Amino acid sequence: MKRSRVAYRGAVRTVIADENEHLLLSADGQCVGFDEVVWLAPVETGTIFALGLNYADHASELSFKATSKPLFFLKGPNTLVGNNGESPCPDDVRQMHAECELAVVIGRQGRRIPQSQAYDFVAGYTIANDYAIREYLENYYRPNLRVKNRDFCTPIGPWMVDASDISDPMALGLRTFVNGERVQEGNTREMITAIPALIEYLSDFMTLFPGDLILTGTPQGMAYVKPGDEVVTEIDQIGRLVNRVIREPRITVEGAAPSEASFA
Amino acid sequence: MPNSGSCFEVRGTVYGVALDVDDFCGNPAELFREPPYYRPPTAPVLFIKPRNTFLANGGKVFLPSALRELEASAVLAMTFGRDTRGVSSTKAFETVAGYTLAIDLSEPNPSYFRPPVREKCRDGFLPIGPSIVAPGAILNLEDLAIRLEVDGREAASLRVGDGVGRIARLIEHVTGFMTLRTGDVLLAFRTPVGPSAKTGSRISAVANGLGRLECSLQSEEEGAA
Repeated sequence: MKRSRVAYRGAVRTVIADENEHLLLSADGQCVGFDEVVWLAPVETGTIFALGLNYADHASELSFKATSKPLFFLKGPNTLVGNNGESPCPDDVRQMHAECELAVVIGRQGRRIPQSQAYDFVAGYTIANDYAIREYLENYYRPNLRVKNRDFCTPIGPWMVDASDISDPMALGLRTFVNGERVQEGNTREMITAIPALIEYLSDFMTLFPGDLILTGTPQGMAYVKPGDEVVTEIDQIGRLVNRVIREPRITVEGAAPSEASFA
Repeated sequence: MPNSGSCFEVRGTVYGVALDVDDFCGNPAELFREPPYYRPPTAPVLFIKPRNTFLANGGKVFLPSALRELEASAVLAMTFGRDTRGVSSTKAFETVAGYTLAIDLSEPNPSYFRPPVREKCRDGFLPIGPSIVAPGAILNLEDLAIRLEVDGREAASLRVGDGVGRIARLIEHVTGFMTLRTGDVLLAFRTPVGPSAKTGSRISAVANGLGRLECSLQSEEEGAA
């Protein structure tokens, strides 16, 4: 089953997409059009974990030395934006790039989950595009929040596919297209640390809760994007996630200074 | 949920600051001119404390036997009353809804290079509370003194004083690239890290007007018993 959350006629609703990708409102089965809804993040999220450098080829692209433990960082819910959403690119930025990632949705609370049981704790999978802005990288808690915790710079969706409907989450092709041109291609089997090991690693020192998300990293293919670009990230058996890059609106709050510049 | 029963329940995301441009938390500046840093921080160094770390006043933190010592600092935490983006330092305090205390617990970690998820995000590693105090109830933020106690003895203490300006610049910096949402928490001002706390220790954060927040460290074996 494919499930998501949308805004429809002034209310937040849950929807199910059938095999022909017709959308049905969960409460009453009413069929609604793809373009009649505003897509939201497909699940109500808790903690958002993301991985840096979890594909060997992408790690070498960034001349990263593979380490024994996974490089995790955390993200706030301010970063999420649903399918057909917009991600802002600041005026002075030339190095914003897309990152197609398989996102794992945790379905059960767990602590000290062994790899052998890890999949029992997964509710489903969705697609995330974990944009990064390389100009803002610093060597402190890298990748730092100014790179990875920006408002609406993590498109996610369009829906969560139930875990039981994915034959093997470690053998899914991933692709990114910018304005129709393929810029990134890989397969989840190329992950350095596989999903069961990621769940074991995290739950060894912290409790995972339903709604927690793990963005499992991105393969090779770093293409810069700019305002106006349409970016499509797709993953086999899940679907395609559409996003548009826009120019970041000027902040107009009274008394506001152009604060990023003062710290650059 | 881990924070049930608390008088103050976190409803958003908790953001902390580990280093600032003018406060290296006791580290020598030379350290940050060497690899892997190459140059000192040019912006506050931020981190996130996720929901599994939230702990109510009086709670217990369970440590595995391999982890014998923790670092703790007492923190002035502030919550936001509306979504805040692009606010200048001169108006930074206008969207603050209230203040409370927190204890930022961490495994000792000399490196600032990678995000400290394992070190700072164990269950219970952010005691927070005991209650939320409205800004109007604090006559002068500068006069607030935050104190860290370990087993009843003062381990570190710091008056906010000039820190008010730093907090204002921190809010300007953070909201310059992201929204601090209604209910989000900023760990805005902290004491130096105290001497290591061990299993069996009682840790408190105290401030005039904000009350006392306490937690105790126990071994996981005790918790399982």
